[in-house]
Amino acid sequence: MARVELSKKACSVNPLKMSQPIGGALAFLGLNKCMPLLHGSQGCTSFGLVLFVRHFREAIPMQTTAMSEVSTVLGGFENVEQAILTIANRTKPEVIGICSTGVTEVKGDDVDGFLKLVRQNHPELDHIKLVYVSTPDFEGALEDGWRKAVTRMVEQLVDTPPPGAAREPNRVNILPGSHLTPGDLDELRDICEAFGLEPTFLPDLSGSLDGHMPEDFTPTTIGGASVNDIAGMGRAAFTIAIGEQMREAAVALEAKTGVPFRVFDRLTGLAPNDALMALLMKISGRPAPNKIKRQRSQLLDAMLDGHFSFGGKTIAVGAEPDLLYGITSFLTEMGATVGAAVTSTQSPILHKVPVEEVLVGDLEDFEHRAKGMDLLVTHSHGRQASERLRIPLFRYGLPTFDRLGAAHRVSVGYRGTRSLIFDIGNVFMSELHEATPDTWADNLASHREGSHDDTQTAAH
Amino acid sequence: MSTVANKIQDVFNEPGCEINQAKGAKERKKGCSKALQPGGAAGGCAFDGAKIALQPITDVAHLVHGPIACEGNSWDNRHSSSSGSKLYRMSFTTDMSEQDVIFGGEKRLWKSIKEIVDKYAPPAVFVYQTCVPAMIGDDIDAVCKKASEKFGTPCIPVQAPGFVGSKSLGNKLGGEALLDHVIGTQEPDYTTPYDINIIGEYNLVGELWQVKPLLDELGIRILASISGDAKYHEVARSHRAKAAMMVCSRAMINVARKMEERYGIPFFEGSFYGIGDMSDTLRQMAALLVKQGAPDDIIARTEAVIEREEKKAWAAIATFRERLLGKRVLLITGGVKSWSMVAALQEGGMEIAGTSVKKSTKEDKDKIKEIMGQDAHMIEDMKPREMYAMLKSAKADIMLSGGRSQFVALKAKMPWLDINQERHYAYAGYVGMVELVRQIDKALSNPVWQQVRTAAPWDEVSWEERADEANAADAAALAANAEAKTKADRAKILCNCSGVETGFVEDIIRANKLTRAEDVAGYVKIGTGCKSCAPHLDALLERINGTDVVPANSNKAA
Repeated sequence: MARVELSKKACSVNPLKMSQPIGGALAFLGLNKCMPLLHGSQGCTSFGLVLFVRHFREAIPMQTTAMSEVSTVLGGFENVEQAILTIANRTKPEVIGICSTGVTEVKGDDVDGFLKLVRQNHPELDHIKLVYVSTPDFEGALEDGWRKAVTRMVEQLVDTPPPGAAREPNRVNILPGSHLTPGDLDELRDICEAFGLEPTFLPDLSGSLDGHMPEDFTPTTIGGASVNDIAGMGRAAFTIAIGEQMREAAVALEAKTGVPFRVFDRLTGLAPNDALMALLMKISGRPAPNKIKRQRSQLLDAMLDGHFSFGGKTIAVGAEPDLLYGITSFLTEMGATVGAAVTSTQSPILHKVPVEEVLVGDLEDFEHRAKGMDLLVTHSHGRQASERLRIPLFRYGLPTFDRLGAAHRVSVGYRGTRSLIFDIGNVFMSELHEATPDTWADNLASHREGSHDDTQTAAH
Repeated sequence: MSTVANKIQDVFNEPGCEINQAKGAKERKKGCSKALQPGGAAGGCAFDGAKIALQPITDVAHLVHGPIACEGNSWDNRHSSSSGSKLYRMSFTTDMSEQDVIFGGEKRLWKSIKEIVDKYAPPAVFVYQTCVPAMIGDDIDAVCKKASEKFGTPCIPVQAPGFVGSKSLGNKLGGEALLDHVIGTQEPDYTTPYDINIIGEYNLVGELWQVKPLLDELGIRILASISGDAKYHEVARSHRAKAAMMVCSRAMINVARKMEERYGIPFFEGSFYGIGDMSDTLRQMAALLVKQGAPDDIIARTEAVIEREEKKAWAAIATFRERLLGKRVLLITGGVKSWSMVAALQEGGMEIAGTSVKKSTKEDKDKIKEIMGQDAHMIEDMKPREMYAMLKSAKADIMLSGGRSQFVALKAKMPWLDINQERHYAYAGYVGMVELVRQIDKALSNPVWQQVRTAAPWDEVSWEERADEANAADAAALAANAEAKTKADRAKILCNCSGVETGFVEDIIRANKLTRAEDVAGYVKIGTGCKSCAPHLDALLERINGTDVVPANSNKAA
């Protein structure tokens, strides 16, 4: 039972956190033929766009209502209307996903009201879905924006099946949290298909941001969950939600369609995947396929091979709540101790993280707590702390802008858990130092000297 | 808020900017950037621009006052290098919460400044205003003033909330903060007749260091670089320089011009890109210093360095030149790079398939024409599919652009090279030019292009063929439908500077029976900007009136 502490600082130094609106926009990027639209200043969109381009190394469709000083004071309706018209003309989307920002929330724009007016004035746009979600920048973090956007998608895009309508026994819905990569979704699809099940992902970044050569020029998203697929989610036999953040959407989906659900708070590690396979066996009525059995056996072998490297290590982790919970549980199960856990926003899952204390804070707090540990695990912004502390960094989460393949890292399922053991274990193995006659003498000396910071920025 | 409004007015009144000066007082008030189009805009905001311009000052703490979006989504995204302090790479933000929005964020800002001063003891704290605190009325000027007195550390307010305008306006507003609060606040220990300021160079991937050794050799001292690899005290003492160089872009022209006005420091505009331009820059720098009283032997020494360096650079390039001769380059960039790069590429033996002029000024466009001739293919704004068509039809071999358009090239299986802010290679000075050519050669000669262009064993039609078909179908549909074609032709922009459509001009010519380009200008503002529309206007007049017309720009006109 972890204690959740809030940083008491006024100034956030080296933020771990990213904003809610871009979390919402990221969720909309998992819909097919969609254009995410941030209702705010140009920079709100531009910063998010650059961040995603650096992480995914893909073209990112994302637009702005380009609020100026004047429109911010006098009203944003015209900007919203014009943005929708321009997007409809230029990019012909099926969905426009609209997220508010700090600037339009402070002003108090009634976007739901705006959209009603747009609908009235422009019947020619009836074929385009407009999904709006309120995501002020001054609350929550990326994970919260994703959570709210997916819930809104369920509320607005899923059809309620007629009473007595038959379910399709081989169809399952999967609601993945923002912490899963396109590679993770591909892995889950493979797993479901191995049981003869057809999964519908909402949202589905594996279709849109998995780094493939496009079939055509499309200024909107290419691939992802289509409006049609989403509308039919009420016909599925079961819903699997991954991450505590997806509970809200799963509840909304059940309320609307009656599809029962189960929330997996993580899918990294042996036990949660055993539970997943048991559930899939039950839903599908089939035994586990040999491929899956073999993968479990390979994971057990990797755990045995890897436990030498993980055992006794102390690790600092900085990540959004669901990602933090998943990786910390996994590291603990491999014999390591997570000595510092820092996160970006509040979540019920934080109390379950196997550490004494979780701090809602920034990477300065993280760096301060990580001194003397064996490994840092956080996104690419941890690289400066890694340099200063001379502790290796395992890049995990968004943004990972200084390594290739961030979208394809897999850490769910038996196979994903196995590759995580290899990736992290290899960092430990490459850090092994050969002993010299002076090793232990040096060690004593360095203890006397204290820390080895050499830049003025480390003057805490 | 009124101070921001005044600042913006002031920037738009910039006498160093001919475009602003050419406008009427009323028009000037509206500012220089085109209104940003909702749903069709993607660039950065004024805050972004101010941060870009000032963050290369390496030893100060850059504190962003606003909710997490402004800094949390964007920090650590530019490769501006430092030879000393790394403090500028750390990120500081007030990360405003809902409580701050309701009760005001000044208290949190005050405490944040205090925490930074206590923990990091920087020579100064730069405080950036963003949209949300600007809206709720947080007075960062007042907080900074009080904090400077109380903590004994200069706190510099940077008034550039995102919604006041574009990135380039933000650059200038960043410059204004330096002019108002930093420049002239300290005195240098000593001065020399060879002290210069370099303004508008941000030392991305260390480009300043490709040039500095030559200046060192000539005995020219960079008193302050504003702001690449700068220290706070250098900027504070920069008012004692003898001369200044404004690097290419007009981003910080207000700083150069106001320093001339206030402190009598003359400036010239130069570029570090391309061998010829680099030599010109050194010559101008030496000449300006001599004019300002430096001993004139520096001129001969400069010529000697130029001769030696050019010889060295050409020899290094010669090995590549043979392989690159005749290769065609599509250049999608903005502002000054649309021409400074052109010169550089031509020196490398390459041809220019087209260059974008999206953020270029009239001077930039003039320079492109000077270098490339009247046929210069200048591209205003492009959709990805058009860019692809351009890559194909212009038979370009490689695209050079910023990171955001890289996928247009890569997904079209075309070589691409990053020449914008996120690049990892430095292209300034003589050595940088050799590096650029080396990088282009590396991109073009990679065997990967052969492989990725082969069809999959199951593919009947490639997507490139489908795209070509789609483009051809569009063209055929237009050709078949006379009405649609006329409509499309009439909708084509005739004059990029004023955005006037061809049909509009055509109607004016017909209605008033005009025969001369000058007469047309009397009815509609056209041909008065970059003049790249002149041949098109002549062609239009010719089409309507037959051949007997007086061409534009002719001296026969009154």
